[in-house]
Amino acid sequence: MEIFVCIKQVPATNKVEVDEETGVLKRNGVASKMNPYDLFALETALRLKQAHGGRVTVGTMGPPQAQSVIREAYWIGADDGYVFSDRRLGGADVLATSYTLSQAIRSIGDFDLILCGKQTTDGDTAQVGPAIAEYLGIPHAAWVSRLTLNGDGVDAEQQLQDVIETVHMPFPCLVTVEQDICMPRLPSLRIAREIGDRPVHIIGLDQFLDTDETHYGLAGSATSVERIFPPEHDTVREVWTGQDSADRLHARLRQWKII
Amino acid sequence: MAKIAILERRCTGCGQCRAQCPFGAIDMHDGRPEMNAACRVCGICVRSCPEQAIVRLETRVESVDKSQWKDILVFTEVSGGRLHPVGLELIGKAQELAQPLGLAVRAVLVGEHVSEYAEELQHYGLREIAVYDDPELGYFRADAYASCVEDYIRFCKPSVVLVGATSLGRSLAPRLSTRFHTGLTADCTRLEMRENTDLVQIRPAFGGNIMAQIVTTHTRPQFATVRYKVMNPPPRRPDKSGTVLTRSLPRSVMDCKARLVSVTPVPPRKSISDAEILVVGGRGLKKEADLDMVRELATLLGGDWATTRPLVEKGWSGNERQIGLSGRTVRPRLIITCGVSGAIQFTSCMNGSEHIIAINSDRSAPIFDVAHVAIVDDLYHVLPELIRQLKEAEA
Ligand SMILES: Cc1cc2nc3c(=O)[nH]c(=O)nc-3n(C[C@H](O)[C@H](O)[C@H](O)COP(=O)(O)OP(=O)(O)OC[C@H]3O[C@@H](n4cnc5c(N)ncnc54)[C@H](O)[C@@H]3O)c2cc1C
Ligand SMILES: Nc1ncnc2c1ncn2[C@@H]1O[C@H](COP(=O)(O)O)[C@@H](O)[C@H]1O
Repeated sequence: MEIFVCIKQVPATNKVEVDEETGVLKRNGVASKMNPYDLFALETALRLKQAHGGRVTVGTMGPPQAQSVIREAYWIGADDGYVFSDRRLGGADVLATSYTLSQAIRSIGDFDLILCGKQTTDGDTAQVGPAIAEYLGIPHAAWVSRLTLNGDGVDAEQQLQDVIETVHMPFPCLVTVEQDICMPRLPSLRIAREIGDRPVHIIGLDQFLDTDETHYGLAGSATSVERIFPPEHDTVREVWTGQDSADRLHARLRQWKII
Repeated sequence: MAKIAILERRCTGCGQCRAQCPFGAIDMHDGRPEMNAACRVCGICVRSCPEQAIVRLETRVESVDKSQWKDILVFTEVSGGRLHPVGLELIGKAQELAQPLGLAVRAVLVGEHVSEYAEELQHYGLREIAVYDDPELGYFRADAYASCVEDYIRFCKPSVVLVGATSLGRSLAPRLSTRFHTGLTADCTRLEMRENTDLVQIRPAFGGNIMAQIVTTHTRPQFATVRYKVMNPPPRRPDKSGTVLTRSLPRSVMDCKARLVSVTPVPPRKSISDAEILVVGGRGLKKEADLDMVRELATLLGGDWATTRPLVEKGWSGNERQIGLSGRTVRPRLIITCGVSGAIQFTSCMNGSEHIIAINSDRSAPIFDVAHVAIVDDLYHVLPELIRQLKEAEA
């Protein structure tokens, strides 16, 4: 089974600066880590591989520094890894990101199963996975909390509002996983020693099937950020600092007819 | 403009595509297919290729004639045998946006046995309610549902499509927006509409303390997902209005490959989103047992309890009790937060509550920016005392 896992490098803190002019995130100089939700996707892939054989390839769209998350994925157990990096891919929204990833995935091989995290902690849209599936013309299941191999495909358990629905999808297909699907393992020093500095492939737009640069990055995005602003606050408020706040609260709850 | 490309790696030169092409747009050179100028990008070859070696390369629409795209379409989700209330909230918002511009609001229902809900929707002032009711839609498959909504979008050409940010909605919307090569903004908390029908979409962004204002200026329709409990539902009108349009199942649904294995109803858990009164514990609680105070207060007030994300990460409570961007949005009549700092990811999902009372010993905690009553005090002093008084009053 050939499995591809989409992973992303995200800022390690939530204090991120935004370029006022373009509305694009400034990523320079910010410490980064692997998107925590992607660890669950990677773990799911490794478990399927352990049980049924196959290979796990990871890939990320990002700047060349994103190699570090690929290397981290190697230490966790991934077999091969790619960074899709090109100046012309910058500033991508969901549409351009998912198009890029679908192009990149197509250009490197044929995968049975593509796994994504449920969402990222910076973009935080949970949309990239299903959008990649649409571009690849394959079925997907989202918010999956159980995934098992079954014949020519997988059975995926997706949690909807009031029901848990299990669907069978033949390969190729895409799944975005919930964090309760499994417990991710930690990077292993043993693997790190074993593989030494296994190379990370870096490929750019010229290696894609569609090399028209207007389909990628800022140019290929449909949405634009017009403005970034601090949230407004409600100014009508009372501040209680005395020792009697429990009494006052009790009285207030009565007044509001809560009790 | 889209175009067709052939993956050499996969092509076996079988010639199926050439035989199927209605425009004679495929020539064989050295046993390999090649597209010629007659190609209309109809996609028949993509579907006919047994090796899946032919793909359609999509490109963005340069600019659309916005006057061709009118009205606002609301996807009204039916799940677990009921109309999800977020649909009504979206109809309320859509009407607010549409009215000044003289646009109409439409709804689309997709599923099996969903026709009955169309009648109920007629009480909400819609222009038209499109219904796709078929056993093939008896379980959720994002691609199949997308085909139905796509069919109606092509028919009525809405400027805006609103989808509830539920699990189902967030799985469906990206497939749809991608199909139309247009923008999708997730989890909007505020929506406005410009005279030129550009939708101004506002959402909390990037973990930082910021809101982002996002627009989709050159493509249509504009897709947005909106959280449950953020907008207000419209009043139900006693009289009915709007037509119910039953549409036949688009043929592409038959190409969808996923099949149902099983459905298990989840026992109707009470969701914190439905609570009228909420007591919330944050990292100001020193140990797991102290959550008992939060639970006890909630019970005494006839409400429910919730927590911030760090407590879920510690395993003190489950994800279904987490308020915030990666949890639930709540809008109760009263919310009391205890030892919660008030990070934007938390406050953006509870600041619509009617009464907000915050207990925090740090005078400068940002939770006090959204609280109506700011109690600067030790929660270990306030909670036990309040609980004692409430019990006394009960006895
Ligand atoms: C992408 C992203 C998504 C996120 N999603 C969510 C989310 O959905 N929900 C969420 O909650 N967080 C979320 N977070 C995390 C969020 O940024 C904050 O870290 C979190 O909300 C803080 O939780 P807290 O207020 O419980 O803890 P803290 O920030 O540690 O605050 C504890 C507070 O308790 C006060 N305190 C301490 N002792 C006492 C006492 N004895 N009496 C009274 N007060 C006391 C302190 O003054 C402090 O203000 C997200 C972060 C990111 C980056
Ligand atoms: N730049 C990227 N590179 C690789 N994978 C990504 C990228 N952005 C998003 N993803 C994948 O898509 C999932 C959802 O991301 P998002 O839609 O940004 O919340 C993530 O968990 C990743 O698996």
